[in-house]
Amino acid sequence: MSTSTSTPAPAQADTAARKSSVDWRNYIIYIGLVLVYGICVIFLNDSGFATVENLLNIFRQTAMIAFMAVAVTFVIASAEIDLSVGAVAGLASVTAAMGVAAGGPVTGTLAGIGTGVLVGLVNGSLVAFARIPSFLVTLGMMGIALGVAMWITGSAPQPILSPGFNAFFGGGSIGPIPALLIWVVIATIIGAIVMHRTAYGRRVLATGGNEQAAIYSGVRTRRIIFSVLMASAVAASIAGMLYAGRLESGRYQWGSGDELSVIAAVILGGTSLFGGRGAVVGSVIGALLIGVINNGLVLAGLDTSQQNIVRGVIIILAVALARRK
Amino acid sequence: MQGIEKAFGVNRVLQGVNFEVLAGEVHTLAGENGAGKSTLMKILQGVYSADAGEIAVDGHPVTINSPIAAREAGVGMVFQEFSLVPTLSVAQNVFLNREPRNALGLIDEEAMERETEKIFETFELPINPKASVDRLSTAYWQLTEIAKAISQNARVLILDEPTASLSKKESEILFALIKRLTSQGIGIVYISHRMEEIYRVTDRITVMRDGAVVLTDHATNITPEDLVEAIIGRRLENALTYETHGVDRSGTPRLEVKGLSTDHGLEDISFTVHPGEVLGLAGLMGSGRTELARALFGIDKHRSGEILVDGEPVSVTTPVSAMEAGFALVPEDRREQGLVLSHSIRDNLLLPLLGRFSRGPLMDERRSRQFVTEVLKKFEVKGATPNLEIRLLSGGNQQKVVLGRWVSTEPKILILDEPTAGIDIGTKGEVIELIRELSRTGTSVVLISSELTELLAVSDRILVLRKGRLQSTLDRSEIEDEESLQLTIQGV
Repeated sequence: MSTSTSTPAPAQADTAARKSSVDWRNYIIYIGLVLVYGICVIFLNDSGFATVENLLNIFRQTAMIAFMAVAVTFVIASAEIDLSVGAVAGLASVTAAMGVAAGGPVTGTLAGIGTGVLVGLVNGSLVAFARIPSFLVTLGMMGIALGVAMWITGSAPQPILSPGFNAFFGGGSIGPIPALLIWVVIATIIGAIVMHRTAYGRRVLATGGNEQAAIYSGVRTRRIIFSVLMASAVAASIAGMLYAGRLESGRYQWGSGDELSVIAAVILGGTSLFGGRGAVVGSVIGALLIGVINNGLVLAGLDTSQQNIVRGVIIILAVALARRK
Repeated sequence: MQGIEKAFGVNRVLQGVNFEVLAGEVHTLAGENGAGKSTLMKILQGVYSADAGEIAVDGHPVTINSPIAAREAGVGMVFQEFSLVPTLSVAQNVFLNREPRNALGLIDEEAMERETEKIFETFELPINPKASVDRLSTAYWQLTEIAKAISQNARVLILDEPTASLSKKESEILFALIKRLTSQGIGIVYISHRMEEIYRVTDRITVMRDGAVVLTDHATNITPEDLVEAIIGRRLENALTYETHGVDRSGTPRLEVKGLSTDHGLEDISFTVHPGEVLGLAGLMGSGRTELARALFGIDKHRSGEILVDGEPVSVTTPVSAMEAGFALVPEDRREQGLVLSHSIRDNLLLPLLGRFSRGPLMDERRSRQFVTEVLKKFEVKGATPNLEIRLLSGGNQQKVVLGRWVSTEPKILILDEPTAGIDIGTKGEVIELIRELSRTGTSVVLISSELTELLAVSDRILVLRKGRLQSTLDRSEIEDEESLQLTIQGV
């Protein structure tokens, strides 16, 4: 008998190898962004990809995805899911617009946030306390939010005539810096600190990693699950107002389909779909990557059907590369 | 197996190991984690290939370079982590991936079921081959695994910690089956950390240490003390001898439980534990020991009853309130209830202590890092760095992390549910020493253990539970020996 080359390495070397590969995989999302960005710069320079205007444009288009991805990172890290974020954003854009029309920008903001709190209350209670799987609850909520948004507006757009509201939520800018950028940066910083530097973040990760062990360690896991779903619904409602402010109207279509981009961004960013591992900054970079891909595909002159196919392939490839054993 | 050598890099893990199993013999392979047992067995199963040495089955030299070759050579393995598909039937599992075909080339379910039934008949165990495996108890999972190996004409069967997830009664079924298999001329390699078991089932014992065989002899020629010494390389001084340490029972009890009943099977349990006292909980599987631990830690809801800590009534409704009242629980199932396996040692250590290491809303990184380093050092967790994923540690070292964190919460009452299950003998000795030390410093300990030797080594009093009720309370001085305690437990 001779040693075959496939002989497993000894324990220590094995550990070391695993460690270094984990490190490499942690940065895959950044490598991916640089790579895709580089390719776009090289091949699409003539179409104006690398102009400041286009880059800001990419950013404006992905800001809401990035914003929601920060909150959904917590949901997925706790081994739950929220499929309703896109529809809730649409609903909140509508309620905020109606609020602005009825009582001014403050009423509008309260109506938007209130929508998020209400949805969060329902999602959170049903999942955490009635113990219905979050996949089902939020899938149902997706339909309910969309339906309510269509119903109360008769499917008509709701214009927002308050310049203050529009400027504050996403439309305006401070000097050269768009308001959307500020929203996303603040959300990312808060999200990253909460996830990695607070006891709450550790409890979220423990709940997702092994709920039983978390319970036995004195973590109130049901409250954790309630709180992450509440946060994600409120974040979705703010994202809805960012849509409303930027586009100066509330429409049920705003945010439709965003849940898939948000989840893809979170998974691309290195958060485990099975819970226990969460990367807030990664999620935001993941959202940017999706934005760059979308923009690049448009500039490359692909039609919508081709864009969908290429986007699908890229997402599967990226997740496959970032996968952990 | 003759002169087996194996090195991983410069690390020589097996050095000229000779190991044989006779037909119809049960041969225990003992040793600490890392002694080379697993590597040796993996070579026999074809997972690793040896650098040098020969393997022969029934006298014929064989080349084992893959698990398939091992199976063909007649080596059967019963996995510690069961390798069955829970949703398939017993027969489907036994014949998984080598299903008999009928004339049409379709799977012949009836032949499979017939064959399976035949195998279980030789075991003298009734079983419905059509039953879905997930409906059966873990004992039957194991029996199905064994049937699978037998149906492949295994001549040598490797049983790795076969009783780890079995109840006492289920273990008995397994032991009876082992007897029957050996009478059919099958040789069995038995790997276990449990002393009583080793002596019950084994004909010969081989002990490995540091990659070499240090002892091979008939079980009757080796005393338990010699065995432990051979395994860990030193004598465990008095580890298993009880020493009285004069518990003061005159003051207010540390813990007083009055008439505790739960919906999980506990009826009217009352007892007291004094400061520095070790209270053992004995009973059969399902007698309510674990349920009592869970109730005390606020995991199971109480239906009635009262709990007093230091004479003050406390409300224990959740693990959080239990921790506030001064309880800590090292749970029965380390992997499921104790640890988040995918997280680092550091995160696992800090989990119940997050509040203590927060400064405002933020974690105090410096202080928590310092704490983690201290605990790892104090509890001698081997091979541990704070950021290492905890699943890469051995069972014994994982358990030290769990013990370390709960002891660090400075509980008034530490509840230990099977704290030595699945850990090596050296670490067991350390756990026992830890319990003694805690009780010396005034911590009250409630200890659940199925290993009576261990229970008797440290308990000052023993409660015997039966069907969720308190059957008797015995002072350590009232118990003559292990046997008499065993009889009490069984209610004879």
